[in-house]
Amino acid sequence: MPAEAAQFHHDAERLTHDLRHRSLIQKALGGYYVKRDEQKAKYTSWQMARASAAAAKYEAVNHLDTYLLEFTAKLEARGTKVFWAADGAEAAAYIASVAREAEVKRIIKSKTMTGEEIHLGQALEKAGLEVVESDLGEFIVQLREEPPYHIVFPSMHLTRGEISETFEKMLGSAPADTPEELTMIARDVMRMKYCQADMGISGANFAVAETGHISITENEGNARLSTTLPKVLVSIVGIEKVVPKLDDLAVLLPMLATAGAGQNMTCYNTLLGGPREPGETDGPEEFHVVLLDNRRTALLADAEQRDALHCIRCGACLNVCPIFKNIGGHSYGTTYQGPIGSVITPHLRGLQSWKHLSFSSSLCGACSEACPVKIDLHHHLLQNRRNAIAQRPVWWEKPIFIGFAWFMRRPALYRMAAPMLRLGGPILHAIRGKFFDPARLWTGTRDLPPAPAQSFKEFWRARYAKR
Amino acid sequence: MPNDSREKILRRIREALSVTAPARHLAHGGDQAAGHPPQDWLPDVPESPDALVALFEKNSRDLKTDVRRCADPAAVAAELATLAREEGWKSVASHHFALGDDAMRSLGLPALLTDAPYEKAALERCDVGISGCDVLVAQTGGIVVTSASAGGRALSVLPPHHIVIATRRQLVGDLSDAFDAVRAAYGSIPSFLSFITGPSRTGDIERILVLGAHGPKKLTVLLLETP
Repeated sequence: MPAEAAQFHHDAERLTHDLRHRSLIQKALGGYYVKRDEQKAKYTSWQMARASAAAAKYEAVNHLDTYLLEFTAKLEARGTKVFWAADGAEAAAYIASVAREAEVKRIIKSKTMTGEEIHLGQALEKAGLEVVESDLGEFIVQLREEPPYHIVFPSMHLTRGEISETFEKMLGSAPADTPEELTMIARDVMRMKYCQADMGISGANFAVAETGHISITENEGNARLSTTLPKVLVSIVGIEKVVPKLDDLAVLLPMLATAGAGQNMTCYNTLLGGPREPGETDGPEEFHVVLLDNRRTALLADAEQRDALHCIRCGACLNVCPIFKNIGGHSYGTTYQGPIGSVITPHLRGLQSWKHLSFSSSLCGACSEACPVKIDLHHHLLQNRRNAIAQRPVWWEKPIFIGFAWFMRRPALYRMAAPMLRLGGPILHAIRGKFFDPARLWTGTRDLPPAPAQSFKEFWRARYAKR
Repeated sequence: MPNDSREKILRRIREALSVTAPARHLAHGGDQAAGHPPQDWLPDVPESPDALVALFEKNSRDLKTDVRRCADPAAVAAELATLAREEGWKSVASHHFALGDDAMRSLGLPALLTDAPYEKAALERCDVGISGCDVLVAQTGGIVVTSASAGGRALSVLPPHHIVIATRRQLVGDLSDAFDAVRAAYGSIPSFLSFITGPSRTGDIERILVLGAHGPKKLTVLLLETP
């Protein structure tokens, strides 16, 4: 078993038995379901809106070269520097070189999962720069040196008490017992940082080819401040974020808000198309956009699963997933958790090391149903399983199925097997899951139903004999 | 830094796209969405100007935006004076715009104007930012600001209270209408545009709503009934 899979099994086992964790997550998501359904009900047709949103992303992803070039040309025309990075190391090296040239010391960062994916914060800290996360949830997990728990709600696994302790220890603040007080502590810390930082780093939710704008969705205002006040701005954008037309945002922005957090719109949706222009009195003097591949093109090459690049990172599939709700976000060990993470991580980081995530699924299809851009998530989990086995077959599976087929084609044999199961049942029950049980990997976590006193055939024969 | 990866990435993309992907979104009735503007499927927007105002007010209330209807410019000035007294404003930030200039003069408080270069720390210390906007969006309860309409990029987000002065003629139905209006005004989409939909908020602690995470804790719209 690869180390990633062993770690996953260990962490998932622990969290599944953690009832405190489970009730925390259920409480947090309970409110989300209500709000999301309220908002969805306002749509003339949520299903048709999903089809429209999926169509926009299908068009973009299947003409990615054209739209990326259009996006780049439009941005460059307004004085933005666009850098294409093949992987995380290249992106981080470029951003560090921009920081060096502009004599940057302090960086304020707004939430970017693409940045998390390439460990951008850590890379820049290693280059001797101060990097502060401004999103409240990200700030909390940064102080605790933890990765984000959820792509949209990074600190969802923490109680106010735990957050207060973290603030007391790391910021020296007084104990606080309401979310409001805790938020204000972070607000006060961050206000200074915005004005002092010489570089802002953001992600992007969408990249509009038609006009050459990135679009950033947020609720707190930290992204607006981080992209406005520092003199240099760098936005890191996965190549799949591009959409063809500005009007595509008219449907994607409300849907992202509804699917992601049960809102009709998030608080700030900001389009940025260039640095400060002549006549403007604020905004960054330099604007750099880093377009990141980092194996997205490998996923693009898999036509069957290409629609996974439609993802707008709303987190809706995590919120409805029975696996996510039981094992929690950290157990995945990935940047992207939940069903979408299980689908794309094998493409981004290696199928054999990450195939176990695709096997950890109930295949209930709740994720595919929830996805606002109609990604066929649960079928992609099956396809990952198939591809993993095809690439590296498990030697004992085939003989077992050949034996099973041979047995099932011989009614006389299983007629004999039924009474044997009745006799042997108590023994199987006694050793179930224990050392002597040859099937303990399977039976250890599953119940064996008691053998019925009479098989259906025996029942029918007895009934017929009576007449 | 030289950018050698651009051609490499484009080559990988073109190779990948030589195989066509199934258009799965068209299945299960998804093909019926084609040929319709996507806005057709979003929450309904009424036609009449009065209904638009009512929808904007309702959505704003749900978001905790304070919308105050003002019959004439004098009413705007009076509302500002009331807010200034209630909140004890000492310093005000604003910019030059047609609807705001008179109101600012009658307010008679020292004002930092962001039309000229300014100190960001000074703006941060202001009690309130008063700005115009491009349009108001009825469908979402949103306010569209650009650098030109709202005194730059920071005025509408840095001070703890943001006040927008607008007229009901600025109301549009949905986001698509908003893009059209901005294009009509500037000829293209400016390099900064933001949809502001309610005061700054977070739910990052136990998913409990807190207003004023990093941006304004309060958002007030003074809506002028006459042009």
